[in-house]
Amino acid sequence: MNLTFATAARVLAQLRADKRTIALIIVLPCLLIGLIAWMFEDEPTVLDRFGPVLVGIFPLIVMFLVTSVATLRERQSGTLERLMTTPIRKGDFVAGYAFAFGVLSLLQAVVVVGWSVWLGMDVAGPLWLVFVVAVLVAILGCTLGLAASALARTEFQAVQMMPAIVLPQLITCGLLMPRDQMPEVLEWLSRVLPLTYAVDAMQHLAAGEEWEGIQGSVAVIVAFIVGAVVLGVLTLRRRTA
Amino acid sequence: MRQNPSEARPAAVRVAGLRVVRGGRPVIPGLDVEVPAGSVVGLLGPSGSGKTTLLRAVVGVQAQVSGTVEVLGEPAGSPSLRRRVGYVTQDASVYTDLTVAQNLDYFAALAGIPSRGRKAAVAAAMSDVDLGGHEKQPVRTLSGGECSRVSLAAALVADPELLVLDEPTVGLDPVLRRDLWETFRRLAASGKSLLVSSHVMDEATQCDRLLLLREGVLVADITPRALLEETGAPDAERAFLALIDAANAVGADGSSPAAGGVPGAAATGRAREEDGR
Repeated sequence: MNLTFATAARVLAQLRADKRTIALIIVLPCLLIGLIAWMFEDEPTVLDRFGPVLVGIFPLIVMFLVTSVATLRERQSGTLERLMTTPIRKGDFVAGYAFAFGVLSLLQAVVVVGWSVWLGMDVAGPLWLVFVVAVLVAILGCTLGLAASALARTEFQAVQMMPAIVLPQLITCGLLMPRDQMPEVLEWLSRVLPLTYAVDAMQHLAAGEEWEGIQGSVAVIVAFIVGAVVLGVLTLRRRTA
Repeated sequence: MRQNPSEARPAAVRVAGLRVVRGGRPVIPGLDVEVPAGSVVGLLGPSGSGKTTLLRAVVGVQAQVSGTVEVLGEPAGSPSLRRRVGYVTQDASVYTDLTVAQNLDYFAALAGIPSRGRKAAVAAAMSDVDLGGHEKQPVRTLSGGECSRVSLAAALVADPELLVLDEPTVGLDPVLRRDLWETFRRLAASGKSLLVSSHVMDEATQCDRLLLLREGVLVADITPRALLEETGAPDAERAFLALIDAANAVGADGSSPAAGGVPGAAATGRAREEDGR
């Protein structure tokens, strides 16, 4: 457990040293939400409906990218090989990353939700649940990134993992088309992809539901996080060729 | 089995029948070596001779390993060894975006040093590699030689019983090389064991024993003095070349190895040569 926190502290120190990345992670979603608010200036209900959903999607994309690149960097710089000769357990490594990026995503969620509310987003359900879902999605993105980075050998592959793993989820998550109107196969596909449940939870919150209305979706997101952590630990190898 | 009568302690590293396959090719076809405790053992050999692979097998990160690799009395890679063995890779493996002190503090934490004692451990490791005053500097802004010393300090900070160093002096100037070798000697005098790969031959004379590797096969296991005496070469570099040339000649004509093929082999009874096929 100590080594988990030591690793999280180290990853956060690395992030602190990279102010531009932090700025991008926090400013970019604000900018995009600002564009949407501007585009639908005359129909404020659009922001009320889609704002929370976007707040739930950004962290998945951003954290997935940042983690898969960071882990690849650890592999290529030789620091991962060195870590594997120290007492750190593979679970410490994965949890340390998830914890550090969880902290960053909390910051992101606070700023992005605050900004959206200032722009006029009116969430009918409790606002704190929007934070909770956003942070869980960020941790999910981080753990998926860790698991996916094991499949990538080069930066090119790592960056391509994002469209490969995130875009299908974006297409089927219910943002482009309500899921009950999709062809049956696609609806089933959407059910096995985690972003669907994040969007579902956010849509329910936007519609004014409370914890009872989203607890099922939240449970599924948590299950996916656990699964991704297990996958991340299993794909990390102490011995390499 | 060789015995070293002067050593009462068990060997720091004992390798028997080690075979390592990389990319479908046996880079180490079958190797027996020993690193006595409390000594500095130099691992020498041309590039591609399997030095790094052997070191990786010793620290337990090499895949496709068969045979026995025993480190401090336990199988290589055992979880309990990870606190007792320090590994420094050939390229500096530290976080270049962190400061020197942040790097060392993290590796001290991984070694289980409680936060109270960490400052002192970090300061001691920094002075060991002569980096005092650079605490707050991001590693990215250091020179290549300074980077590799940070990497070494990251292993020293854990105070390991066995240090496995892959070419630790590459890119360092002669003064720093001499200082580092003094540090290695001091560590060995305090009871630590060191396995150091190098291809700077004048460093060989600083070792207690030398292991000469060629194509994954041990060409000689010899003291620096015996190496010079038995090859008749004026310095370590030429002695090393003589051994490699002799081994190549044996390998090239394909005949069964003869004891006289390698200088030192007949006299010490320790040097080995095999053509490895």
